[in-house]
Amino acid sequence: MSNEWPLWEVFIRGQHGLSHRHVGSLHAPDAEMAVNNARDVYTRRNEGVSIWVARAVDITASAPGDKGPLFEPANSKIYRHPTFFDIPDEVGKM
Amino acid sequence: MYAQQVKSTGARVKSLEEMDAQERAFQERIDAGIKIEPKDWMPEGYRKTLIRQISQHAHSEIVGQLPEGNWITSAPTLDRKAILIAKVQDEAGHGLYLYCAAETLGVSRDQMTKDLLSGKAKYSSIFNYPTLTWADIGAIGWLVDGAAIMNQVPLQRCSFGPYSRAMIRVCKEESFHQRQGYDIMMKLCDGTVEQKEMAQDALNRWWWPSLMMFGPSDNDSVHSAQSMAWKIKQDSNDELRQKFVDQTVPQADYLGLKPPDPDIKWNEARGAYDFGEVDWEEFFRVVKGGGPCNKERLAARNKAWDDGAWFRDGLMAYAATRDARKVAAE
Ligand SMILES: [Fe+2]
Ligand SMILES: [Fe+2]
Repeated sequence: MSNEWPLWEVFIRGQHGLSHRHVGSLHAPDAEMAVNNARDVYTRRNEGVSIWVARAVDITASAPGDKGPLFEPANSKIYRHPTFFDIPDEVGKM
Repeated sequence: MYAQQVKSTGARVKSLEEMDAQERAFQERIDAGIKIEPKDWMPEGYRKTLIRQISQHAHSEIVGQLPEGNWITSAPTLDRKAILIAKVQDEAGHGLYLYCAAETLGVSRDQMTKDLLSGKAKYSSIFNYPTLTWADIGAIGWLVDGAAIMNQVPLQRCSFGPYSRAMIRVCKEESFHQRQGYDIMMKLCDGTVEQKEMAQDALNRWWWPSLMMFGPSDNDSVHSAQSMAWKIKQDSNDELRQKFVDQTVPQADYLGLKPPDPDIKWNEARGAYDFGEVDWEEFFRVVKGGGPCNKERLAARNKAWDDGAWFRDGLMAYAATRDARKVAAE
């Protein structure tokens, strides 16, 4: 019981042209087995064309408590969105 | 259901005024339909209830492979065999999605496995019944997966993000399970007199255990109120059971089969089927370990775990040696 296989996070590219997306995790002794297991656990119905695995312990995540300092500054910068600017119809598509 | 015996806190649900600021903020997020993620603050009771529920659900998927696995080598055709293997493999996948969701709450996979193997953790009572004939494989897909879908569809909206996402994956795969089961039943009911009798016999044996999957009657489920407030559970056991009966009786009609309950009768006023009382004594006996196959199921899981130990350890040793060699070469 003490020798538990490490946890891996699994990322799948669903189709050519899309980025990899996190789909879940699994246990495996090493990276090669993690890819093999991910094939069986997460792509039984053609859900992917490419798999990434990364050891869960190697992932650094932002803390929920940092949500304010990290993301709130973007709230006030509405000029980053194109709709902030009114362009007259006569100008045409822009 | 797949988690029939989930003990929650056992305490009365607190009103918002009775909660401290942190707990109130948490409850308000849930009420607003915002998902809770693993690193967010949560009440200890929420965490514990979820660990119990998700791990029971996972154990059910894993143990649930055994009754069907029993027929893989005896499937009547190569096609049926390939389909059954794919179905059982899906159930293994469901177990794995769910274990991972539970692990995000801070319980280890080995701990959950240990609790299953020791008999401490529960799994659904339905998997303690034997699969005696091929028709049982049809009945399981039709009834057991059908009941599972009924329970799992609302769980997609569960307040805990990882559980909800696991349920979304599971639900995408379940409809194949139910349809392959019903397809087996249709073939048998279209066949010889003996084959149709076999289908009826399977329905007779699986009907009541399927109704038990939804858990005790609402009057006896003391832990539901808190789980509903936390949106871990959306519908009451009796509501889901009624929905299942209403959906399944016409499907049995189509097959020309009769559920083994003389009290089934369409109730025009309610717009639903009336049906008889489940034998709750049997339910609690099976949950407590007294079903026809409880011992066999646990023994099979223990054997698989013990027999696989050299393999798990061997692969870990191999990975460690290779990593050490890589470090030495650098
Ligand atoms: Fe399943
Ligand atoms: Fe299923």
